[in-house]
Amino acid sequence: MPRRVQATLAVTMATALAAGVSGCAGWGGGPSGGGPNSINVLMVNNPQMVDLQQLTAEHFTAETGIEVNFTVLPENDVRDKISQEFSSQAGQYDVATLSNFEIPIYARSEWIAPLDDYVAADAEFDQADILAPMTASLSGDDGRLYGEPFYGESSFLMYRQDVLDAEGITMPANPTWQQVADIAARVDGVEPGMAGICLRGQPGWGQVFAPLTTVVNTFGGTWFTEDWEPGVDSPEFREAVQFYVDLVREHGEVGAPQAGFTECLNNLIQGNVAMWYDATSAAGSLEADDSPVKGLIGYAAAPVVETDSSGWLYAWSWSIQQASSKKDAAWEFISWASSREYEELVGNELGWSRVPAGKRASTYENPDYLAEASAFADPTLAAIESADPNDPGVQPRPAPGIQFMGIPEFPDLATQVSQDVSSAIAGRMTVDEALERGQQLADDVAERYRTREAE
Amino acid sequence: MSSITDIGPVPATRTPEGEEREPRKPRAGALLGLAAWLIGFLFVVPVLWMVLTSLHSEEDAATNPPSILAPLTLDGYQSFFGVGTGANPWPSLLNSLTASVISTIVVLVLAIPAAYALSIKPVRKWTDVMFFFLSTRMLPIVAGLLPIYLFAQWSGLLDNIWLLIVLYTAMNLPIAVWMMRSFLAEVPVEILEAASMDGAGLLLTLRRVVAPIVLPGIAATSLICFIFSWNELLLARTLTGTVAQTAPGYLTGFVTSQGLFLAQVCAAAFVVSLPVLIAGFAAQDKLVQGLSLGAVK
Repeated sequence: MPRRVQATLAVTMATALAAGVSGCAGWGGGPSGGGPNSINVLMVNNPQMVDLQQLTAEHFTAETGIEVNFTVLPENDVRDKISQEFSSQAGQYDVATLSNFEIPIYARSEWIAPLDDYVAADAEFDQADILAPMTASLSGDDGRLYGEPFYGESSFLMYRQDVLDAEGITMPANPTWQQVADIAARVDGVEPGMAGICLRGQPGWGQVFAPLTTVVNTFGGTWFTEDWEPGVDSPEFREAVQFYVDLVREHGEVGAPQAGFTECLNNLIQGNVAMWYDATSAAGSLEADDSPVKGLIGYAAAPVVETDSSGWLYAWSWSIQQASSKKDAAWEFISWASSREYEELVGNELGWSRVPAGKRASTYENPDYLAEASAFADPTLAAIESADPNDPGVQPRPAPGIQFMGIPEFPDLATQVSQDVSSAIAGRMTVDEALERGQQLADDVAERYRTREAE
Repeated sequence: MSSITDIGPVPATRTPEGEEREPRKPRAGALLGLAAWLIGFLFVVPVLWMVLTSLHSEEDAATNPPSILAPLTLDGYQSFFGVGTGANPWPSLLNSLTASVISTIVVLVLAIPAAYALSIKPVRKWTDVMFFFLSTRMLPIVAGLLPIYLFAQWSGLLDNIWLLIVLYTAMNLPIAVWMMRSFLAEVPVEILEAASMDGAGLLLTLRRVVAPIVLPGIAATSLICFIFSWNELLLARTLTGTVAQTAPGYLTGFVTSQGLFLAQVCAAAFVVSLPVLIAGFAAQDKLVQGLSLGAVK
């Protein structure tokens, strides 16, 4: 680089540095950008969060004087950004949406602040009202609480009651996977363009492997045994994946290898499938006022084989970054966003089907909510309460988690294996080939833990 | 996005130009014209599709096969501008504008003298210098991301628009120098000699002789720099947060894994690409001149 240019560049850099240090933060900050009475919140772009963003200024800031600046990102991006932000403890964000997958891991690294003292001092919040599996899954190894749920979900089977009725089929309240497969075969094609069942096939640990891992659990398989032996090519794991792949190939939706939550939701709403096994939080969209299938959907417990229940447990939750200098204001925000009062606010302002439910027992006693959500409230509550993240299968596990294994390596591992499973759903690979490679990958992960434990 | 927005207008505008300059036999000319329009149309179709989708409701946008004749609505645009969602696109748009405009000006201020010293009055070993400039682009930005992030955190520049301005300047400078050098090389030495024989000093020569010739080149260079800065996502998303977020970062916020978003994202993408489109159309004449100036060299 010519010296002149270099010198100019150096000057530019220095000017910019000076401008930055002197607090000239550019547009959009305004006087409150980094003020003492404002907090920064990093959150995933799910409909419940968009509602929150809409209600915050009028109902939270107006009452408390605390301004909330939101950054909203898609799920994968928000995970990247949160892990980058929290691992470096940059302190830019006071609050972030984490799930019960990350919270125990982040707590171990001391990236997030324990909330017990705040909860104890905040009688109005009423921690006892939070469903027990939620509190358990948001606590760290040290037994302290590190997150408060915003909304929780389990999984269950959604089906077109009218279609099954027309065929004279009755869905059992607690179906087995074989029964579900038989029903899928019978209703496949009864209406033009209608497939039997929608199951996620899109690669990703949070896509195909969310429902698929619950199927593996109930077939008796596991990613890892208690002493860190990989179980991906075990007969049970293999049988479960083969069953899933066969079912979705024979009676599943069009475009299954690319179908995730959103695609399946569309398929059920548009009458392209008769059944769908997925998150309980989907019910709110299915029963919304503008949904063409409102009132036509029946709900049954997550199908099982060897276990009594197999629904997953997931909660988008709030955590406070350890490096935050505004923890008190951050807690005030969390305490409001996860409160009963906020649920009532959403119910009254936006409609009860949009309430961020699945976290408080009182939600399921609220007559206003039950009037709107009667179709799915009880199945949802039952699914969440029956979920046990510490014992989801037939064998003891080395780490908690139902539709995931609570270790930092899991997203990478399961995402890689999911590529092959998705290929198997597309018919480009056999299940055996996919799982053979998966076993290798799982063994690489497990080996690290075996050596660590041997030390 | 850049691949659509920067190529879009060019094929369509170059055809009439070409026809005027080189009159061909009518039939061959008509065939070529038709082919050019067809290719131009192919490039524009995705943009038109995006605009059409942005005017549909979310449900219609998500259907497969697509429903082209579905009723039109402005819902997607309303949600982009935050009607009923509490989101506000203006800070992001202003941030993008600040970063793009300032970095483009700084780039031009630095690149034009550098290019002058590499073409009209070449310094010794100017080819090596050119290569050094280019070599700064050989490291993928993602490889430098972590050190940049740690530097920004250490210096307190995270979430500060000035950091992006510096980075965008550094990112575009080599391209601008290369482009400007090729434009300045077009200036015939004879004109410069004639000017100096007429007694014009350096500044006068630059202003009255060189500037008119390379103006189209400057227009093309600044547009390219503007587009690159405007569309940059990787650095912006890593280094900014609530205060200095740019428009592409705001745009990605519409993608959700739960629920429908296609119409919203299309509306957002269209609004975000509007400034580039407007700048492109405004500079169209100069741009075509500038680009063909480089091409016939």
